[in-house]
Amino acid sequence: MSSRKSKSNNLIHVDCLSQVQRILRERFCHQSPHNNLYGVQVQYKHLIELLKRTAINGESNSVLIIGPRGSGKTMLINHALKELMEIEDVSENILHVHLNGLLQINDKIALKEITRQLNLENVVGDKVFGSFAENLSFLLEALKKGDRTSSCPVIFILDEFDLFAHHKNQTLLYNLFDISQSAQTPVAIVGLTCRLDILELLEKRVKSRFSHRQIHLMNSFGFPQYVKIFKEQLSLPAEFPEKLFAEKWNENVQCLSEDRSVREVLQKHFSVSKSLRSLHMLLMFALNLVTASHPFISATDLMEANQLCSMDSKANIVHGLSVLEICLVIAMKHLNDIYEEEPFNFQMVYNEFQKFVQRKAHSVYNFEKPVVMKAFEHLQQLELIKPMERTSGNSQREYQLMKLLLDNTQIMNALQKYPNCPTDVRQWAASSLSWF
Amino acid sequence: MVYYPTRLKTRQTYSWVGRPLLDRQLHHKTYTEMCVKIGDSTEIHVEVGQFVLIEGKDNENPRVAKLVELFEDVGKVTFPVVALAPDEVVPTDLENEKIFFVKLSWNKEKFRPLSPKLFAELGKLPEGSSKCQKRVRTKPHCLESPSCTPAERVVTRIESKHSAAKSRQTPTHPVTPRARKRLELGSKTPNTRMSQQTSCASSGSLGVSKRKMALSEITSPSKRSQPDKLQTLSPVRKAPEKSGKIRLFGTKDDKKALPEHHMILRTRISALETTEVSGDTTLNPVSGGWRSSEVPSIILKPVIKKRGTKQQESQNEATSTPRRTCRKSSLLTLNRIRQQLRFLGNDKSDKEEEEFLPAAEISDSSNEEEEASTPPHPRRTPRSTSKNLHSSLKSSLQTPSKTPKKTPKPRTPRHATPQIRSRKLAARQPSSALEEARLRLHVSAVPESLPCREQEFQDIYNFVESKLLDHTGGCMYISGVPGTGKTATVHEVIRCLQQAAQTRNVPSFRFIEVNGMKLTEPHQVYVQILEKLTGQKATANHAAEILAKRFRTQGSPQETTVLLVDELDLLWTHKQDVMYNLFDWPTHKEARLVILTIANTMDLPERIMMNRVSSRLGLTRMSFQPYTHSQLQQILVSRLKHLKAFEDDAIQLVARKVAALSGDARRCLDICRRATEICELSHQKPDAPRLVTIAHLMEALDEMFSSSYITAIKNCSMLEQSFLRAILAEFRQSGLEEATFHQIYSQHVTLCRMEGLPYPTMSESMAVCSQLGSCRLLLVEPSRNDLLLRIRLNVNQDDVLYALKE
Repeated sequence: MSSRKSKSNNLIHVDCLSQVQRILRERFCHQSPHNNLYGVQVQYKHLIELLKRTAINGESNSVLIIGPRGSGKTMLINHALKELMEIEDVSENILHVHLNGLLQINDKIALKEITRQLNLENVVGDKVFGSFAENLSFLLEALKKGDRTSSCPVIFILDEFDLFAHHKNQTLLYNLFDISQSAQTPVAIVGLTCRLDILELLEKRVKSRFSHRQIHLMNSFGFPQYVKIFKEQLSLPAEFPEKLFAEKWNENVQCLSEDRSVREVLQKHFSVSKSLRSLHMLLMFALNLVTASHPFISATDLMEANQLCSMDSKANIVHGLSVLEICLVIAMKHLNDIYEEEPFNFQMVYNEFQKFVQRKAHSVYNFEKPVVMKAFEHLQQLELIKPMERTSGNSQREYQLMKLLLDNTQIMNALQKYPNCPTDVRQWAASSLSWF
Repeated sequence: MVYYPTRLKTRQTYSWVGRPLLDRQLHHKTYTEMCVKIGDSTEIHVEVGQFVLIEGKDNENPRVAKLVELFEDVGKVTFPVVALAPDEVVPTDLENEKIFFVKLSWNKEKFRPLSPKLFAELGKLPEGSSKCQKRVRTKPHCLESPSCTPAERVVTRIESKHSAAKSRQTPTHPVTPRARKRLELGSKTPNTRMSQQTSCASSGSLGVSKRKMALSEITSPSKRSQPDKLQTLSPVRKAPEKSGKIRLFGTKDDKKALPEHHMILRTRISALETTEVSGDTTLNPVSGGWRSSEVPSIILKPVIKKRGTKQQESQNEATSTPRRTCRKSSLLTLNRIRQQLRFLGNDKSDKEEEEFLPAAEISDSSNEEEEASTPPHPRRTPRSTSKNLHSSLKSSLQTPSKTPKKTPKPRTPRHATPQIRSRKLAARQPSSALEEARLRLHVSAVPESLPCREQEFQDIYNFVESKLLDHTGGCMYISGVPGTGKTATVHEVIRCLQQAAQTRNVPSFRFIEVNGMKLTEPHQVYVQILEKLTGQKATANHAAEILAKRFRTQGSPQETTVLLVDELDLLWTHKQDVMYNLFDWPTHKEARLVILTIANTMDLPERIMMNRVSSRLGLTRMSFQPYTHSQLQQILVSRLKHLKAFEDDAIQLVARKVAALSGDARRCLDICRRATEICELSHQKPDAPRLVTIAHLMEALDEMFSSSYITAIKNCSMLEQSFLRAILAEFRQSGLEEATFHQIYSQHVTLCRMEGLPYPTMSESMAVCSQLGSCRLLLVEPSRNDLLLRIRLNVNQDDVLYALKE
């Protein structure tokens, strides 16, 4: 739309655009706590009050933040920590320990990590010494020494909390919660998890010691707010150096948010997933289409991005198959139709394929059996077909039972788009029974 | 603490230095300097304004006095002695009266309030209050008269009798009986010769107390040789010449001695005159003030200041030439003390110092007021002159205001044990009733007593006590669901027993606690027990051996050991050797080991233990029942005693709810705590009286116990909801509770077509499926099964339907 204008000051745009892309990509990819929080004010208040009480009053607490992936759990806690550190009295007065269930896969590693992050005495540099048992008693000793009023509060943040619940005996969780429920060093334990049934994972002793505070993040916003978020996420900040460009960019974003086709795209995206992370994905694709000659995001960009997002990955794989492989897939489809989803083996597929070749008497498709076998194996590698049992070395590959991992509709759709698909193959795919 | 060495054996001679200033009205001569000769070699000069250490037995609290005046008494006067109660103020309006006021008594070690007997004896102002401080206002005419009158000798003799040779302390305070005697004597006898009055501010004294110190006069040289030193003078400076402490004798010299002194005096005069002109002038007003017996403090203060300024100027000099001015040195010390205080780092110290300085000044001034023309008038006690004193200074007496504040100061923690660093800012104390309630409701808050567990408490107490008294061992098994106060009760029992042990009602014992959950591995329990028992560190196997030896063989420990094993079930091993050992030890007579074990399940011994283990555990069992609602209510009420933060109905509600759910007291407390928060948030007006109502509690209960599945489903995206619908449809169609993704996908596609939703690609459906799976709304197989993965609902179908309806 503004392409004519843009050509005149192309040079400026190149600079601006790289800046725009840097800013926006940062926004989309990094979970920086500078972003706004959407629709979680109540939860945020609850959390920040809780942490403040720990930091200022020395009250021990434990809380779980629960919400589906991409609902902003980490964002919430990061925001809260940031605000906490901005309070002068608190920033000096607090220690935090970050643990992640995917990194600290057992209590031994977790303990070492805690000791390291707390900078306790058996730490030299980055290394923690002592055996597992020693570390545990050491840490417990350290934490037990403190009391409510004089010790520095420690905030434990356990990301992927549910994975900690799988540790042996839940020793770590028991001890952390036990500290939070006894007059020792004040601690705040914040667990982040996406599992709604997290409490059922906790052992009864551990559960009893947990305070049962839960903060739920649910992505509870509606579509109008979604559009608003879309606008905010795409807008350039006021401190952008090129004021003129920023103004134009933001104007364009405003137009986009009111555009009907854009709203359709967003609606579709919204109906698939409410998480902001998927919105970021969409915007990222759109942003990558911006170039010097096309300096503003357009509605078509967004539509294209949406298409990329909602693309069926398996159909894409099918597009890249050779004709022989396609033929095999079709043969399997027919077998599925005939035997009602019963598993098949290579020999059956080969026979089906041979029938087709003989009918058509096309020498073009007349491949040797080993070649067909090779194609079959390739399909298996692509995981379009899956063996029913674990492949054991001694069983003959031709007779191993397989299942097709493609839906009929997927195959038909893929064939529609398959480039240079021979008509007879297409016909064969359409009507399996007509050959008989 | 530090002992201040005194050179008792050397012979010391005392002489005046400088020209005497004759005060004709008072008939005494004042000097600015005094010379003490120890043996043949050392000469120590003591000047007005310097500090002297007063010898006493109580080395921990040395007293330091500042010399105010050095004088020789020429005349003879009698003074009335007046005892004052501590709360009485020294009358300042008495003009020209020479009264000795006494407030405290000195027994050579401590200042004590005057005894009533003394009051009676003193006869004046016998207010009867035992705590009368006597403040004596003497006519401080102490003359050093060249001629020793018999009376004088009498005094000395008496004194020496009383103060046995061991105490070097001649400066007796008028308050001690002895001192009083002397005083009386002195006042009766016209010729009291030389009395040195020193004013000390001691830690014990109320700050303004004066003591009169009479220096025993030494008439005969022989006497002089046994030093009746009243004060050891410690020089302020580090100057090597003065390194030792100086004993100062307020001496009364013989006539014979006098000329010598004069000579010394004369030799110094020039120097003195030049440097100390101002000193002389300042001194005079002091005595003048006394004479008029007005409030000298007013007069004095400026004087002190003057000195201060002067000394500052000459401070550097003073360090090098120790003899110069005592005043200089005093200032020096002052500075030094100040530095030290600052060095110690606390802000407080500065404040303290400031506070303390004026106090010192005041005391000084009042001292002077009362004692007026005392010769060596120790002054500004707080700042000691000697270096050695520094340490004692810090810890000790000085001005009363100072000592108490100082003690908390050295706070640098030197813990070798691991510790989380302490916070820089003190934790805030609860400011409102709600905050207070929250503090008390925290599980960690230890209540004074455990309500509703009296019976269990008594049983455990009796068990342990009987074992202690019998010097035997035994096991007890305690079970109960979490949060019923098992561990707390045991701790309470132990606390009570420890108190009883202190009062010798039961034999003393050792208490050791291990927790199965706090071990990385069952065998670590040996290591922990051993370490807590003896402090030794050993590997698990070695520790087991040592413990076995300790508990199974003769040569048993002196005291009984009480071992609490929490979370017993975690000590289970395949061979059950840990449990076996634990329960085997108490069966040995020498072990004297009482084991209290705690676990959650009542039938644990039967369920997981082998017969030989459970048989050793014995049948002493106790089970903690979950709290009933009335018990929970009682617990809450006892915690919230005298605190109106909850409505009664609200407490009852939460108690009933929790009792119905689990009877877990922790839960109950947590809910109440959360309710206070909700209450706090909902009331914006800070001044309104806030009470936690039923509504708040209901909200808290909802938050904690309501299942979140329904809200989660309600907040799902459209595609997710339709996927759930497809699952329901598939289940209904197949009649099974499980379906593969492929089946559901085809359902999903048809459903979407029917509802006019955009066609879901398989990738999208798969994403939706795994999303729901990660929330555990669905139970799904690992996604490598792809199309074939089986799906189940983790929620009741009706719940899903209900949630999807709106």
